[in-house]
Amino acid sequence: MLSEWVGVLLFLVGGLAVGAGGILTAFLIAPRRRQGSKYEPYECGMETIGPTWVQFKTSYFLYALLFVIFDVETIYLYPWAVKFQSLGLFAFIEMIIFIFILVVGLWYAWKEGALEWK
Amino acid sequence: MDNGLWLSLAFYLLAATILGSAFLVVLLRNIVHSVLWLAVCFVSLAGLYLTLDADFLAAIQVLIYAGAVCIMVVFGIMLIQRADMKQTNLFNKQTKAAAGVVALVLAVTGYLSAVTQWGNAKTPVPKETVGSLAELMLTKYVIPFEVAAILLLVALVGAIIIAKEVKG
Repeated sequence: MLSEWVGVLLFLVGGLAVGAGGILTAFLIAPRRRQGSKYEPYECGMETIGPTWVQFKTSYFLYALLFVIFDVETIYLYPWAVKFQSLGLFAFIEMIIFIFILVVGLWYAWKEGALEWK
Repeated sequence: MDNGLWLSLAFYLLAATILGSAFLVVLLRNIVHSVLWLAVCFVSLAGLYLTLDADFLAAIQVLIYAGAVCIMVVFGIMLIQRADMKQTNLFNKQTKAAAGVVALVLAVTGYLSAVTQWGNAKTPVPKETVGSLAELMLTKYVIPFEVAAILLLVALVGAIIIAKEVKG
């Protein structure tokens, strides 16, 4: 049972190695000239103004809320998808009703302009 | 190496990651970095569930806690952030009182888990948890299942109404 998840572990380790490997290689072989414009985020671009931590618009928050609702929906889809073959038509109709109720919510969000960017 | 040794190795590695990332959540001064470590903590907890054969619970842990909860916390921070992000997760003056309470809780739970006679489960652990859950959810508990959809709908509509109020 545990051996099924070794693939996931290997994937995780591989992903970490790709990320860490690039940083480590750059750290080892990159030349270092620490003066002047080397400290600026864009060496030959516009000079940056103010701090990098800016307050986000509420529009992002609406997207996050929609994401969370449909993220919760996936929990219900997952067991249904696993047992789809044996559960049959009745379960399929139930799930269609379930998705329909949530699509009503998406339609409402659309109608209210929650997906629009202003 | 046999299976039991691998299991213990996985357990100790995961437990160390969970404890380490949880400590960093508390200790780091920038609250956004704390949230990133919170996500690491949640994902390692999902790994711990996998070692206990609870694969559906692990999937939920990743989807809801590492996905949804972390997103909500990040957006909560981004919307109400203070001027200096480096000073957003500081200790307050109640550190000593909190340390006392935590030490007490640790002592009581540690003592209780040491003296309790932990028995083994009478029935063997089911090989597959998702399947039986799906069967129950889509046959016996259809009405609660559909009511859950309506609950989600209400949450969605309510969130949009509140957010529009804030915007307008």
